[in-house]
Amino acid sequence: MYNEMEIRFLSLSGNEGFARAVASAFASQTNPSIEELSDIRTAVSEAVTNAIIHGYEQRTNETVLMRMTIRDGILSIEVHDDGCGIEDIDLARKPFYTSKPELERSGMGFSVMEAFMDRLSVQSEYGKGTTVMMQKRIAHGI
Amino acid sequence: MELNAQKRGSRLFVQLSGELDHHSAEQTRIMLDTMLRDISVRELILDLSGMSFMDSAGLGVILGRFRKLSMRGGKLIVKGMNASVDRIFRMSGIYAIVERQ
Repeated sequence: MYNEMEIRFLSLSGNEGFARAVASAFASQTNPSIEELSDIRTAVSEAVTNAIIHGYEQRTNETVLMRMTIRDGILSIEVHDDGCGIEDIDLARKPFYTSKPELERSGMGFSVMEAFMDRLSVQSEYGKGTTVMMQKRIAHGI
Repeated sequence: MELNAQKRGSRLFVQLSGELDHHSAEQTRIMLDTMLRDISVRELILDLSGMSFMDSAGLGVILGRFRKLSMRGGKLIVKGMNASVDRIFRMSGIYAIVERQ
């Protein structure tokens, strides 16, 4: 089976829950287990939160783009922002590293995405924006 | 996010229910810290059985309160984790520092 969707929403923190709900509803078509669905929700939440907090530095009038595809039981998710970009991606991906300790962030965002999805890649251009791409094979996926 | 608290001696029992993400983190942090201003609190017991979602922002809230209590010689205990909360707790290694009941 093949399917795709794309949504754009404002960089409001209240849209983190909205993005999770949309991702979960779309992913449901692949016949995922409850655990797989929970992993997808969490990974999407991390990516969207990063776009809002780091990409857009909490400005609420910007746009986050989420694109998802399903191809033969493989779910791909892209979360994109046109924000400030990441200067050092390797550093940003390190467990417990956070560029904003004052916000009491755990520094586990990318580690969670890595642990809960099968593949994670990050493309970023400093000053221009970031795209996070994640993939998960659904065990009994269609 | 909904929070119900009860204090018994030096122990503060807090039941958290709902979703703990970046959006609800700040409000949750403020509510917990307001209660922790009472310096007689030595133990914070977080009952998470009503939590339907938690991501790394939630870990940040819990770790922050853990630090606060550690500094005054107190401790933080978590209980009632459902499968998805338990999964992010295990993956983050938080059980190595926060006590579970």
